[in-house]
Amino acid sequence: MKTMSRDPRVLKAIKNLSEIQRVYLVISSKGGVGKTTISTLLALYEASRNRMTGLLDLDFVNPSTHVFLGLKPEELKYEEEKGVKPYTVKNNLFYFSIVSYTRDKPIALRGREAVNALWEILAIVNWGPLHSLFIDTPPGIGDEHVELLYTLKDKTKPIVVSTPSKLSLNSIEKLIQILKEAGFREIYLLENMGDGSLQNYAEENKLVYLGYIPKSSRLEESIGNTEKLLELDVATYIYNILSKLS
Amino acid sequence: MVHEWALAESILLYIENQGVRRARRVVVKIGVLQSIDREILEFALREISRERGLEINEFTILEEEPLLKCNRCGFQWSIDPSKISEDIREAIHFLPESIYAYFRCPNCGSIDFEIVKGRGLGEIKVENYE
Repeated sequence: MKTMSRDPRVLKAIKNLSEIQRVYLVISSKGGVGKTTISTLLALYEASRNRMTGLLDLDFVNPSTHVFLGLKPEELKYEEEKGVKPYTVKNNLFYFSIVSYTRDKPIALRGREAVNALWEILAIVNWGPLHSLFIDTPPGIGDEHVELLYTLKDKTKPIVVSTPSKLSLNSIEKLIQILKEAGFREIYLLENMGDGSLQNYAEENKLVYLGYIPKSSRLEESIGNTEKLLELDVATYIYNILSKLS
Repeated sequence: MVHEWALAESILLYIENQGVRRARRVVVKIGVLQSIDREILEFALREISRERGLEINEFTILEEEPLLKCNRCGFQWSIDPSKISEDIREAIHFLPESIYAYFRCPNCGSIDFEIVKGRGLGEIKVENYE
């Protein structure tokens, strides 16, 4: 008799992601740099270019992409078919967040539980054939990041988000080192709330600079309304970034 | 509730990846917390085995009772999913970690507790593999 120990959900997770052409991990070791904003806007704008796009919220403790999209936890229903299908937000945009299960109540997850939740979700959600999937990750470098980075490194591309702040740069330096050591050859850097000043930093550190998004004066009033979000004053910058990704 | 198909595929992809194409018996331990329907799971295991050309004579599904432990006061307790309201049971079925949104330690009220066992898909054993 043979007992098998490694997590059996990992292969199913990889199979579920196999039909997706590009899987991006939107990541930053520093909190408050705009990961959720970036993940949501990239997914929303990519879908508006007639590309089948997914957005997955893996920030279990503080999920908030649904707030951006204007979705209430109780209205998020997933069609069940040998697992679950993501929720269709609008044409070409598919979405999954745990808030439909947790009803946005606070949950205190330790590392082991977060990793368990991570594999469960990746194993049950059938995304189908997407062009791109953007994954919003929690701030920091926790167990779930390490698990994702090492297990899915052949399937995912990291988009590191940073503001030009020295504090943010100091923080992402360590993250970039971890990504390089994990074996990622291509690491994207996206400068949020910036002016292009991180381009040199990206070149010096052999990162692929995706560009910058300036601070938007209309972002706050547009949160929760996808039509308004698609007409932001920084739309051109977002489209420029997407053109570098494809 | 159709989580069973996703779990069945996980189990079979996993054993296949270990080089198993034929087996006398596969024993799977499933935590009761996730309210897995054993009949559907077994049906899904047979169907997917057939689709993937695996020859497995028998599937045995063993249930494991949930055990929770408070990280604050150390209190240990169990939960009977059949006594939970349907919408919460369904949330836990799809994502057992949803339990942290709805339950607290019955002794001290803390939300910092852990699922010691009986969560969901557990140990898998293959007998007589080739």
